[in-house]
Amino acid sequence: MPSDRHYVRDAQSPNDPPPRTGSLVCANAETDAAGFVDEGRARRRFRAVFVIALDGVSKTLDGKLVLHPTRLFVRSGETVALVGPSGCGKSTILRLVCGLLVPDTGHVRVDGMIVTPKTVQAVRRRIGYVVQSGGLFPHLTAGDNVALLARHLGWSPPRVAARLEALARLVRVDERLLGRYSAQLSGGEQQRVGIMRALMLDPPVLLMDEPMGALDPIVRARLREDLKQLFIEWGKTVLLVTHDLDEAAYLGNQVALMRSGQVVQQGTMRQLVVAPADPFVREFIEARPPCA
Amino acid sequence: MRVTATALWAIGLIAIAAVARGAEPPALRIGSKRFTESYILAEIAAEAARRKGGATVTHEQGLGGTALLFRALEEGSIDVYPEYTGTLAEAILKTPGNADLPTLRRMLAPHGIAMTDSLGFDNTYAVAVGPRVVAERPLSTLSELASRPDLRLGFSPEFLGRSDGFPALAARYGMSDLHVQALEHGLAYEAIAQGSIDAMDVYSTDAKIERYHLTVLADDRRFFPSYEAVFLYRTDTVGRVPDAMQAIRALAGTLDRATMIQLNARAEIDGWTFASVAQEFLRSKGGGDPAASLGRERPSIVSGMIEVIGTEGPRHVGLVAISLLLAILVGVPLGVVAGRNRALGRWVLGATSVVQTIPALALLCFFVPLFGTGIVPAIGALFLYGLLPIVRNTVAGLDGIAPALRESAVALGLGEWAQLVVVELPLASRSILAGIRTSAVIGVGGATLAAFVGAGGFGAPISTGLNLDDSALILEGAIPAALLALLVEGLFTLIDRLVIPRGLQLQAEVRAEGT
Repeated sequence: MPSDRHYVRDAQSPNDPPPRTGSLVCANAETDAAGFVDEGRARRRFRAVFVIALDGVSKTLDGKLVLHPTRLFVRSGETVALVGPSGCGKSTILRLVCGLLVPDTGHVRVDGMIVTPKTVQAVRRRIGYVVQSGGLFPHLTAGDNVALLARHLGWSPPRVAARLEALARLVRVDERLLGRYSAQLSGGEQQRVGIMRALMLDPPVLLMDEPMGALDPIVRARLREDLKQLFIEWGKTVLLVTHDLDEAAYLGNQVALMRSGQVVQQGTMRQLVVAPADPFVREFIEARPPCA
Repeated sequence: MRVTATALWAIGLIAIAAVARGAEPPALRIGSKRFTESYILAEIAAEAARRKGGATVTHEQGLGGTALLFRALEEGSIDVYPEYTGTLAEAILKTPGNADLPTLRRMLAPHGIAMTDSLGFDNTYAVAVGPRVVAERPLSTLSELASRPDLRLGFSPEFLGRSDGFPALAARYGMSDLHVQALEHGLAYEAIAQGSIDAMDVYSTDAKIERYHLTVLADDRRFFPSYEAVFLYRTDTVGRVPDAMQAIRALAGTLDRATMIQLNARAEIDGWTFASVAQEFLRSKGGGDPAASLGRERPSIVSGMIEVIGTEGPRHVGLVAISLLLAILVGVPLGVVAGRNRALGRWVLGATSVVQTIPALALLCFFVPLFGTGIVPAIGALFLYGLLPIVRNTVAGLDGIAPALRESAVALGLGEWAQLVVVELPLASRSILAGIRTSAVIGVGGATLAAFVGAGGFGAPISTGLNLDDSALILEGAIPAALLALLVEGLFTLIDRLVIPRGLQLQAEVRAEGT
């Protein structure tokens, strides 16, 4: 559940008029979403509640419809895990959210801004993007990877150093590792540094593409715990791609199950187990039962 | 990046300094064509001018053929060069028949060019046959040669090409049935000695006529015009370096044909350097300067090489460095553009590939009408030659970046320029540097051809040696050029280590261990 602390921070996003009260974080936001017909208060409430919103978004790549018209919403401070077989369009959604792809129909809204060529850079700076095995630039040290964008934006060296130190503590990275290159780091270390890089500018939104895909089970379990804590404590709004139902259940407030370019069902893990929308959902869940 | 940029600028400055060296005024630049006599005459003029003083005298050895030398003189890239009246009349001024000196002078005046009196000898063209041919069946005149279609004739390209050369000779004597092939003059003697040709063109003062036991055929129909040796010089030179020019003009009438043959023999057969031959000649004419007669023996290959490295090395390195620098400054951005825009990229790569297929020498010669002679056309040609590897490797390097990394850079919110400079170029640095290395090595080799347009470098002794059939001289240029290529290879291994980001080197090592 979102806390007041991060709610206040979300309200500070410049493109969004500050909502008046905490009551905006309501339990049945979907109904609001479905019912926003006028351009008035309801819309503003909607924006404040859903930090990531895909509305009727579809995408065709190389003549193939990789994403059917899709609606997907992530509430402020919550984590939605996208699960499904490989090639079902999970990563396409992440790429649409951070503007690496432009939707054919519909629009993507992040933290109150519609993603357009004009806003895309501003949007990207509100997003931390973590890819499988960290996506670290091999020619830079871990520390330089993390600090790259901040330095590019003209942060002072003391400010960069202070932020690096804080992040290292937060993500549990030994500060000595920051002087090393990715070739000198283990898979888990690379991933943690990748997360540090995503968090550098303290973005309200995190996009994670199989963040633990390349890690061995022990490292994976530890990182998973740390991530969960980080999401809750820092109130990040997270869209997470994984093929691991365990991970989805553990990290996600909600799970969105996808199949061949469509979101088949979005809801809590319990909803998916108790009331699967169709046989595919049941099959998918039964094939890989979540742990208790 | 910063280290690279600084290093490149440093190389560039050194190169510019190296080429600019030796340009202290008032300069007197004397050119020569690519054969012994021209070298000797130019060296004699240079030495005479030096002894007089008042000018920084340089001898641009073996700049090229007649057209190129005359052009260089007109343009002012040289001030003086030895010429023959017959050549001047036919090949340049296009006057039929035997024009006398006053007529030639009058025709030269509009070009800003003047002419000394005859140096004292006539070096006309002649055709000579090998001893074997004469032994088989007597042959003594050109008319008799015309009726011998069984003989193989090897004529220099210049003789075959010029209007007063073979075409006119063939017309006069009816030689259309003869079997003629083009052969560099310097190689023709060996060819005639080995029997792969039977006759060749020679000059009447040719030192090798005796050495190779050649028989000079009589010009029984008086075809060949008179070829009085003279110096051509720019009229403005007299005002600029009066004493030196006075000394050169005073050489008129001091050299008879016998002396010239002897001087040619000193250089070609006894192996004296041109400078020693010139000094010896001036000494015998009572020029004094006993020190000059020292060390007239030809130096050994090693000491010759050391001398070549000292005199031609900076220029060679300069040519390569400047053209390489230009190729980098143009090639990397072209590669980036080609990498971004596929359609344009195909054009860019296609165009640079086409340039690569043009023979280097042809490219050089193509530039002469555009840029004249000297270092400018040489740098232009080397630059174009060096472009392809750099463009291609820049494109390949950028293409080789993992899509995930490229996407990471975009998703981070870096602008296009920052993506390129901070992420893409460093990641492509290994490939780009490999392209630059290839380009540099090509450049070191290609620059040896620069001597053919008078740009100097290690090619100068090579082309001289080729023209004089002197393999020692060829090696004096070829060995340093080869050593320089190896040095460049070594240097780039070092540059790789400095410029390629350490993280990438570590990555490569980890990968190597993994396999």
